[in-house]
Amino acid sequence: MVRPRINPLNRKLLRDLWHIRSQALAIAMVVACGIAMFVMSYGMMAAMEATRDAYYDRYRFADVFAAAKRAPEHVMTKIRAIDGVSAAQSRISVGVLLDVEGVAEPITGRMQSLPDSGRPVLNDLVLRTGRWVDPRRADEVVVNERFAEAHALVSGDTLSAIINGRKQKLTVVGTALSPEYIYAIGPGQLIPDDRRFGVLWVARRQLEAAFDLDGAFNEATLRLRRGARVEEVIDRVDALLDPYGGVGAYAREDHISDEFVSSELDQLATMTAVMPPIFLGVAAFLLNIVVSRLIDTEREQIGLLKSFGYSDAAVGWHYLKFVLAMTAIGLVAGCGVGVWLGRGLAELYQEYYRFPFLYFRAGPAPYVYATLAAGTAALLGTVMAVRRAITLPPAEAMRPPAPADYSKRLLGRFDRARFLDEPSRMVIRHIARNPMRGVLTVLGIAMAMGLYIGSAASTDAIEKMVWLTFDQVERQDMTVLLVEPRHDRILHEFTRMPGVRAVEPFRSVAAKLRFGPREERQGLTGMLPHAEMGRLIDRDERAIQVPEAGLMLSAPLGERLGVGSGDVLTVEVMEGRQPTFDVRVAGLVEAYIGTPAYLHIGELNRLMKEGPTVSGARLLVDDARAEPLYALLKDTPVVAGVELNAAAARTFRTMMDENMGRMILFNVVFAGLIVFGVVYNNARIALAERGRELASLRVLGFRRGEVSYILLAEMALLTLISLPLGMAFGIGLARYLAATWTTDLFVIPYALQTDTMAQGALVVVASAIVSALLVRRRIDTLDLIEVLKTRE
Amino acid sequence: MSEAVDIREAYRTHGVTKVYGSGDAQVHALRGVDLVVPEGEMVVLLGASGSGKSTLLNILGGLDRASEGEVFFRGQNLTDFADRALTEYRRAHVGFVFQFYNLIPSLTARENVALVTEIARDPMAPDEALRLVGLGERMSHFPAQLSGGEQQRVAIARAIAKRPTVLLCDEPTGALDSTTGVKVLEALERVNAETGTTTLVITHNAGIADMADRVLYFRDGRLDHVHENARRKRPEDITW
Repeated sequence: MVRPRINPLNRKLLRDLWHIRSQALAIAMVVACGIAMFVMSYGMMAAMEATRDAYYDRYRFADVFAAAKRAPEHVMTKIRAIDGVSAAQSRISVGVLLDVEGVAEPITGRMQSLPDSGRPVLNDLVLRTGRWVDPRRADEVVVNERFAEAHALVSGDTLSAIINGRKQKLTVVGTALSPEYIYAIGPGQLIPDDRRFGVLWVARRQLEAAFDLDGAFNEATLRLRRGARVEEVIDRVDALLDPYGGVGAYAREDHISDEFVSSELDQLATMTAVMPPIFLGVAAFLLNIVVSRLIDTEREQIGLLKSFGYSDAAVGWHYLKFVLAMTAIGLVAGCGVGVWLGRGLAELYQEYYRFPFLYFRAGPAPYVYATLAAGTAALLGTVMAVRRAITLPPAEAMRPPAPADYSKRLLGRFDRARFLDEPSRMVIRHIARNPMRGVLTVLGIAMAMGLYIGSAASTDAIEKMVWLTFDQVERQDMTVLLVEPRHDRILHEFTRMPGVRAVEPFRSVAAKLRFGPREERQGLTGMLPHAEMGRLIDRDERAIQVPEAGLMLSAPLGERLGVGSGDVLTVEVMEGRQPTFDVRVAGLVEAYIGTPAYLHIGELNRLMKEGPTVSGARLLVDDARAEPLYALLKDTPVVAGVELNAAAARTFRTMMDENMGRMILFNVVFAGLIVFGVVYNNARIALAERGRELASLRVLGFRRGEVSYILLAEMALLTLISLPLGMAFGIGLARYLAATWTTDLFVIPYALQTDTMAQGALVVVASAIVSALLVRRRIDTLDLIEVLKTRE
Repeated sequence: MSEAVDIREAYRTHGVTKVYGSGDAQVHALRGVDLVVPEGEMVVLLGASGSGKSTLLNILGGLDRASEGEVFFRGQNLTDFADRALTEYRRAHVGFVFQFYNLIPSLTARENVALVTEIARDPMAPDEALRLVGLGERMSHFPAQLSGGEQQRVAIARAIAKRPTVLLCDEPTGALDSTTGVKVLEALERVNAETGTTTLVITHNAGIADMADRVLYFRDGRLDHVHENARRKRPEDITW
């Protein structure tokens, strides 16, 4: 029989690994956390982007959208002929108020036409339940799935819509998803709210009849060829639709749903771009520390191997294998867990975004990066430590031990103070003798703690964003949006409505802002100075007034346009008389959702060459009398939609929780594991380094508690020192994350609650206590006889 | 105790055996040892390595347990002691001196001694213990600043400062040359003479046997024979 031959050095390696298995596992765990985090995020992110793109592609999400008042169908021929356009389809799209049984508040809806025959050429639907509409039936609608679910609507259920001032009963025949309404956001809404905004698809011929649009359309959608120039196409479409009340075509990236989806994916992408490398880096740093200390404790064995005639390279390779084995366990576990979690997470997000399918293919990239990072860290840690050991002549290992030299006075006379007992003196001198080791330990714990605090602070930031947006900026109870801008006399009607305590008008117009070559599609909002409900706030979160003249831009908008106070912008209004004018930037304000631009409502009216006109109003409402107010608003034909502030805040928080919350949770859990791995490893290495000393004391009659004190006091001291540093790291990371998180749609403010800090400290302290208990058990089983025979 | 004795006994053992491992890998370190160690004596344990003397010393010192048999310390059966009780026994009664000194490198000579006197019931002052081993002048030195012999004498001072009932020394001169070795033996001799501490010394060096009251010869896990010296030699007269 042939036995597989393992050379003795490899056998030693396996036994050594087995001997330190729990510590090796802790090291592997730290590595695995860093890598799992990395692979998970990377895989999830790649899957989401691929899935979104495939969804857009398969269901032919349009590249350009253009609305007009009423354009004859033959214009479409000219639009199709535009260079770069591969397909175009006209449709009818109108805003309506909906009434669903059992819902008090008015619901805003959008009705959109479906071709009378065949599927939509562009913006196709994913029919989820039921069937398509019968073009001959005026009452049949397909509704978007999220809205249907929010109101528990199924095929056969009915709802009412106020169409052109007439209330009409509609029957749901199916539910569908659309690439155009991954997020459905109603007019006047800041954020998607599936309860208060629904999309209804109706046969084209029925909408033509209801809105007097026979042989006409009010929206064109276009799909472009690869490489087509979007801006040029938009200009051509604008020119074609201008005579028919065109309000300006826009590209897909300005489509609100895509803007939201992209913004959220951007946030996730930031999270996955920023956090995992930090995790991986911290894990690598810790691996490095742990490995070098582990090898330091092997010094004697290295000397011994050298005295047998093993070359430096052979010894180095031996220890490298030792470390690589631990790293490899972490790497494999991390990759496995990472892919598994990444897939699970991608499925959760698929459900969240309602993507009809999921593309999950994790390419080789994350594994390669992970392997490189872990491998390099292990290699550096090992090489540095082994080098130190190898430079020692082998004879050093043979000679009686030279006790470590503590005669250098590092602490002045403090360590000789009489009030110290000898064990405390040992603790202090041990730390002082090798401050670098202490520094690295403290740094390691602090970094892990910072990671935890930084990750957990994301939740604080979201809370703060909600508070700022819905308590500081938008302070109304509800916002009412009119179908068409009206004379401000309408405000008196609102004032007279039941339960209304205060009314504040606003005017909003669609516009393009231009500064030099830069252009942004951004509506202007006219506000009252001294506004109490719709306020502007500055960097220090103080309320500021909209000035008599000049624009107040949200800071990110200013940044995108490259303007500051005093610069003059060109504004091209895309509705009404479509005036173009220049206006000076008066200042910058903070905004957390969207990138608004404000000016005095009077000035906006003047620039629009219109009388005192409003687009809607913010209302303060008496809670007790909300119901009759809702009923009245539902029956008010001039009202296009109502947004409830509290509901919006709630929805927003839920949205953020579902989107970011998951990632944050993973970050926090992984950071927690890393904290534990670090603290435990430090304790284990300290034990390995001082085991002999402690065993000697046990032989001399020291009780277990007394011996544990010497080891654990040092650990406790270093842990305590690392707490403030960890908090500082946490603050830094939280600030960095807040700065990198800002997307086209959201600005995430920096926020860090004391609770979160305390939680971070608690995780560290709890890890230290658990590690202490685990190490304490090992102290109990120290081999006392061994210590009499062997020397260091 | 089974019988009354005139002289107090530090140790009495009955049929002490020690078996390590199990099955084919069993090693019989002790195969039934009966002995009596009167208090105050200087006893030397001699024997080849593997003869069982260290195992016996570990059992007497409460670091290890006999597989079979009984060990009495001043009439108390150590075999009945739990771990905690053994720790207390070592703390109160046993002083250890190791071949490799096992000093705490971060503490000075005086502090190394104080380490033990701090937890002892009726210790001598650390300075006094150090003077007893002839190190009155080097009390503030760290182990790294002391020679091997000096380190070992600090270890002895540390062991005797708590006024132990027994002093157990495992190859105390094993790592030392003869000149420094003699100084260590002198220290042991002086402690034994001046404090009356029962002292057990393990050694390979037959010459050292001459300074003992009683010499125990070990072979193959058994107490081969006992020799009592009519007169103890002084350490400086010992040749090795």
